[in-house]
Amino acid sequence: MELTRDVQMDLHRRMVRIRLFEEAAGRLAEAAKLPGFLHLYVGEEAVAAGVCTALNDDDHITSTHRGHGHLVAKGGDFKRMMAELMGKATGYCKGKGGSMHISDLSLGMLGANGIVGAGSPIAVGAAFANKYRKRGQVAVAFFGDGATNIGAFHEAANMACALHLPIVFACENNEYGEFTRRDKTMAITDIVDRAAGYGMPGVIVDGMDVVAVHEATLEAVARAREGGGPSLIEAKTYRFYNHHGVQNLGLKYRSDDEVAVWKQRDPIFSFEERLIDIGTATAAQIEQVWADLRDDIAAAITFAEDSPFPEPDQLLVDVYTNRSPS
Amino acid sequence: MSERKLTYASAFNESVRQAMEADADVFAAGEDIGAFGGVFGTYAGLQAIFGPDRVVDTPISEQAIVGLGIGAAVTGLRPIVDLMFMDFVCVAMDQIVNQAAKLKYMFGGTATLPLTITTAGGAGLSAAAQHSQSLEALLCHIPGLKVVCPSNPYDMKGLMTACIREDNPTIMVKHKRLLGMSGIVPEENYEIPLGTAHIARAGTDVTIVAYGRMLNESLAAADQLAADGIDCEVVDPRTLQPLDTATIVASVKRTNRVVVVHEAVRFGGLGAEIAAQIQEEAFDYLDAPVRRVAAPFSPVPFTPALEKHYVPDALSIAAGIRDVLARPLARAAEQFAGS
Repeated sequence: MELTRDVQMDLHRRMVRIRLFEEAAGRLAEAAKLPGFLHLYVGEEAVAAGVCTALNDDDHITSTHRGHGHLVAKGGDFKRMMAELMGKATGYCKGKGGSMHISDLSLGMLGANGIVGAGSPIAVGAAFANKYRKRGQVAVAFFGDGATNIGAFHEAANMACALHLPIVFACENNEYGEFTRRDKTMAITDIVDRAAGYGMPGVIVDGMDVVAVHEATLEAVARAREGGGPSLIEAKTYRFYNHHGVQNLGLKYRSDDEVAVWKQRDPIFSFEERLIDIGTATAAQIEQVWADLRDDIAAAITFAEDSPFPEPDQLLVDVYTNRSPS
Repeated sequence: MSERKLTYASAFNESVRQAMEADADVFAAGEDIGAFGGVFGTYAGLQAIFGPDRVVDTPISEQAIVGLGIGAAVTGLRPIVDLMFMDFVCVAMDQIVNQAAKLKYMFGGTATLPLTITTAGGAGLSAAAQHSQSLEALLCHIPGLKVVCPSNPYDMKGLMTACIREDNPTIMVKHKRLLGMSGIVPEENYEIPLGTAHIARAGTDVTIVAYGRMLNESLAAADQLAADGIDCEVVDPRTLQPLDTATIVASVKRTNRVVVVHEAVRFGGLGAEIAAQIQEEAFDYLDAPVRRVAAPFSPVPFTPALEKHYVPDALSIAAGIRDVLARPLARAAEQFAGS
């Protein structure tokens, strides 16, 4: 691992931020304090953190229905995120988007997305704009293994390659499309096999290893910035909770043993062992990261709970943009 | 005002060219629009002027074409993306309906989408059921979209300019049968504000509401009826979403009778919405039920022998007008017979 101590601690901190936010959201959902759907990112933290730590603040990402982790990794504010999950006026989307549409355009996060595969064409547009303006920015499209079975992904991948755009396709292969195992929905084992069909390089990384994800992204992002066109990264990962929510609900679509095996490879705890082994951080320093961020989460929950709901007169606001007088 | 004449297609082309000259953030992308100039020639010559990076040939990928426009718009450009035929909006429906129309609202107002989607609608070319539809009602039903259907070259240029300058996703529907229509079009750029109807012909006896090619058929019907002393007012909404209900209602209050014409199928078409709004706003002014003249509830047929019976024309529009003019008399006759 040749990464600087700052980068290593940044990777760790981003993963812990995601874990704490998601665990807190899960507890609030169990307490029936969050309306609507909740797709938790726990278990996949190394992917969002490893990718986003390789990006600049003004690079763009598109996300998925499991989008909290991407926004946290891009620098999302806990308070505005938690308020949005509660449907409050102080939330990122003023309570109009919720978990599935959480976004912060100022951080280049172009939205979680309730439609599987729909983010990739939008990322292509952001990449086009970046190339058009010669801004040196790149776009990353996050998507799951299931999204590679839908047409929008294929159209986006082909167009990005045909137009030679500065984009990285980041696949989170968590082995399940909702409740159906991947091998029942596609005849290939590795999503990366699809990359060759569009004429872009593809690489498989261990999605539980934040350094591996980060280093693969650095290479793909450098290629994109230098005019080398698109790349695909397949991160093999796993979601520790169900497709949505936190409770098992007696669902038998995957075995307890399978979940247990993946949890032994927890991306955060395994990285912490490495940080201690190589002398990057002490156990006490790592614990302090958690403690500080727990305080931030508690403050965010208080902020969200104390925030007002939007007034009824906000119902029709922001359906359209009104032109400013010219 | 300049007396120069342009075709409907050239008026569109000139609007795009002038917008691209004025604003470096404007670009165009779509199937065959670059080197080939578009299958209807509406983008002809633009790639030669602005280059392949600003007039972009894309794969046949309607979802990605619209997604390209959304992503570029939300990150600061002002895209024009073309879907060759209006039927193909169905291929891109998720990107149009679930993405473009909703991002601003879902994101709490932080997103702005100055996106124009251009397409070609309408029957009359024996293009059969997948290349002839008028699907504007589907699009008008979606909050967040604007929908424009010009009926002549002058309106085409002014409305297209407004679409490009608009900060919301807007769908410009070119009518395929109007591409060669010639009319006076000023060379200087100008804008017709979206949501403003135009009274194409003033009259006192009956209001006809029609757009796109049906506006021209309605004017022809009005000419025929004038010979019989029937004085039609013809209102062209020009923009269907937002709809200029006020101009339509004001006309109905003057004439007390109304016929709505479109070449989309009648069931659930714009005529249903316009009729509903008229009865909400001007029920007491009506001397006859609102009459719709529209296509029957079937796919568009291929053979000219059937297609000519499918699309309304001046004759069927005139028949509809005679019907609403006769209705009060027919009712009076029934009442007389029953008394």
